[in-house]
Amino acid sequence: MALSASNLKVGDTHEEQVVEDLKRTQLVQYAGASGDYNPVHTDEVFVTKVAGYPTVFAHGMLSMGMTGKMLTNYVGDGRLTQYGVRFTRQVWPGDSLTAKATVKAIRQEEGGHIVDLDVSTVNQDGVEVVSGYASARVDP
Amino acid sequence: MAVEKFPVEASHILMFARSVGDYNEIYADEEYAQTTEPGSIIAPPTFVQASAQFDPDYFLRPKPGTPWFGSGKEPTSIKKEGSGGGGGGGGGLHAEQHYVYHRHPKPGDVLTVTVKPGKKWEKQGKRSGKLLFSETVTEYRDQTGELVVTARSVGVQTERPVDQ
Repeated sequence: MALSASNLKVGDTHEEQVVEDLKRTQLVQYAGASGDYNPVHTDEVFVTKVAGYPTVFAHGMLSMGMTGKMLTNYVGDGRLTQYGVRFTRQVWPGDSLTAKATVKAIRQEEGGHIVDLDVSTVNQDGVEVVSGYASARVDP
Repeated sequence: MAVEKFPVEASHILMFARSVGDYNEIYADEEYAQTTEPGSIIAPPTFVQASAQFDPDYFLRPKPGTPWFGSGKEPTSIKKEGSGGGGGGGGGLHAEQHYVYHRHPKPGDVLTVTVKPGKKWEKQGKRSGKLLFSETVTEYRDQTGELVVTARSVGVQTERPVDQ
């Protein structure tokens, strides 16, 4: 399951499609689970007539959460030591997102092995929606 | 955000993991989770964001007797002159989020949450006018006072909705 430093090299990648044709219902699901009920994510009337957007859009944290699924699938459960992102574009219903991790460095820290990753998630047009980094503990 | 206690519960982890489309059994099945390296259900990486559920005054949840900016009979129930601004429609937009995991929260943890305001800065945006950024640092500690997750969040208030 877990990655091993001896099998990793800089430039290795892992990529997953984390959502296909994002549904408005999933935005409702995320609002309910996270507790973030900002109507820009679920309220078509408000978001078009008051906020001035063409339709509802995803919580940034939903994009980060979906990207996190790719990361934990790659590095293994409970192995992440840090994970951070910038939200570079909004994500809309109907979007399909592909998340990718690229090995940036493999290093030792306090006797353990750590992999540093670049993280990038793009939509179906190849436009980056999430840009970030992560680190994880790996086996020797 | 004022969260006094954030009890981490298995059913909440299950719902949260489903909402991000993550059907890894470690978030759903304790028996399976016991066979994994962590040895129990753990929270997915962005779960602590859901501590908002335990803030009685969280501003992005409608509350009885308080005007809510989302639609009801009218597109918004908040009367304000002018428009534009607040691309996020009141709450601004989320620009960045960073987590450091000292360990991963698990059911049974009762986290205490400390929020510290961070830097503030301005920038001229190409697609949404003037941008006001502000940072907060949130520490999640367990019942023994040990740091579990450190979160740094950057929010942005835009001058107008983001151009598409």
